[in-house]
Amino acid sequence: MTPFPGTDTIIELTYLIATALFVMSLKWMSSPTTARHGVWAGELGMLLAIVGTLLNRSIVDYKWVAIALVLGTIIGVPLGKVQMTAVPQRTALSHAFGACCVTLVGTAEFYLRAPAVPRFMMSVLSMEVILGSLTFTGSLMAAGKLQEILPQRPIIFKGQNLVNLGMLLVAIGVAIYLVIHPDHTYLFPALLAIPLLFGVMMIIPIGGADMPTVISLLNAYAGLSASAMGFVLDSKLLIVAGALDGASGLILSVNMSKAMNRSFSNVLFGGFGQEQTAAKGGKETRPVRSASPEEAAEILAVASKVVIVPGYGMAVAQAQHKVRELYDNLTKRGIDVKFAIHPVAGRMPGHMNVLLAEADIPYDKLLDMDEINGEFPQTDVALIIGANDVTNPAARTDSSSPIFGMPILDVDKAHTVMVIKRSMAAGFAGIDNPLYYLDKTLMLFGDA
Amino acid sequence: MKMDLITSLYVFMLAAIVGLEVIRRVSPLLHTPLMSLTNALDAIAVVGAILLAGEHKTTLSTVLGTIAIVAATSNVVGGFFITDRMLKMFKASRSPKP
Repeated sequence: MTPFPGTDTIIELTYLIATALFVMSLKWMSSPTTARHGVWAGELGMLLAIVGTLLNRSIVDYKWVAIALVLGTIIGVPLGKVQMTAVPQRTALSHAFGACCVTLVGTAEFYLRAPAVPRFMMSVLSMEVILGSLTFTGSLMAAGKLQEILPQRPIIFKGQNLVNLGMLLVAIGVAIYLVIHPDHTYLFPALLAIPLLFGVMMIIPIGGADMPTVISLLNAYAGLSASAMGFVLDSKLLIVAGALDGASGLILSVNMSKAMNRSFSNVLFGGFGQEQTAAKGGKETRPVRSASPEEAAEILAVASKVVIVPGYGMAVAQAQHKVRELYDNLTKRGIDVKFAIHPVAGRMPGHMNVLLAEADIPYDKLLDMDEINGEFPQTDVALIIGANDVTNPAARTDSSSPIFGMPILDVDKAHTVMVIKRSMAAGFAGIDNPLYYLDKTLMLFGDA
Repeated sequence: MKMDLITSLYVFMLAAIVGLEVIRRVSPLLHTPLMSLTNALDAIAVVGAILLAGEHKTTLSTVLGTIAIVAATSNVVGGFFITDRMLKMFKASRSPKP
């Protein structure tokens, strides 16, 4: 189109290189030794893409762009400095920001093109805006729940699923109508409002234990909406980046659901553990062996193989550094110490690994559920710190338990089990854990 | 126009397959940094926002574009920053077995 296509070609080439760097960046994430290269590749790709975009001759006014870039950086730096325990809510918040960006751009694009929006354009545009806005409010709600600004318990009312499904169908209906009659622009705000409401409604029935799945799912939505935006703007770079993000979110959420033995729809369409909490009334009467820290120390000292199972309780108590001291002491005595990490431990995928790495525990001691489960029968002491549901043997034995079938860490196969916990209260899922009543289980109450 | 669309769909399909294959190989150890990294990469939406704010077609598009740049840039900066901080912490055992 342009008489002198040089600049445009250069811009397209920077996008091409950026795309390649993004793919490499994710590839390098496969191992901790190369992962930091991955970040650098990503940064370089991003820089190239932004510089390339700034070269675009259709940009006539740099003032607002510059102000916005500076402002975004000012907001971004503190977001990059949050504590490691707060990473889940930070991630949720940044999903919200990403979705916000996509939605705003989609809205602006619609009003620039209206009323004559081609059909295909309108359908991807609706997809972009619907996914973007529901991810926006959904992520804000998730962040609020994780930050404990909002109540963590699922909020459920009758006919909830019906209402939610209805809203989604209405939104899709409006989108289809707009695709056929794009000149009815007054309908467009509904494409924003309904999914915004839907995002809120989608998250309120979801409890704390399901957060890892939900965050991954929102990640996938954010990616898909960005990809849709790529179709709208005809930017291959955006399509690829969005598809990569969507794929990653999808894989993580499938992983998480598998780790909890539940399907997607189950996570989305049902508050967790509601019936069960009421069903178990007489639990106080069962005997529990508790131990003092001194006794526990003696047992640990004579053990030769210890597996530590951390959970969200450790994160709440900020105990990862104490755990590190324990780890040092035990290894000094020649005791083999390993960490067993359940995929859904903590509040987002891999959260525990980050916390333990922060406390300087070498990553080759952090083992995944499948790797460690075979080792429990040879383990002298399994030390559970603030974890509950992921160690609950009811998942294997009690078919009436709501978590029956969920893969767990087989801590009950170890010779001795020690549990550090604040109280006997049930876990996030609100399910009693029979593990605590086994003879070989010692309870240590108090903050980890 | 029609061909452009088809090309875009090809790109999407290939990227999704590559993404699924590459990310399946990421160890569960690194899932949190993975998520914050893809988050940062996703903020590439900023290029669309920059064009929107810079082209200055209508007041509405400039205002929305500007807000969108702020949101996306904070993701870029914060996302890369925290991912790197997390990854720095992952260390292998310093000494082999005593």
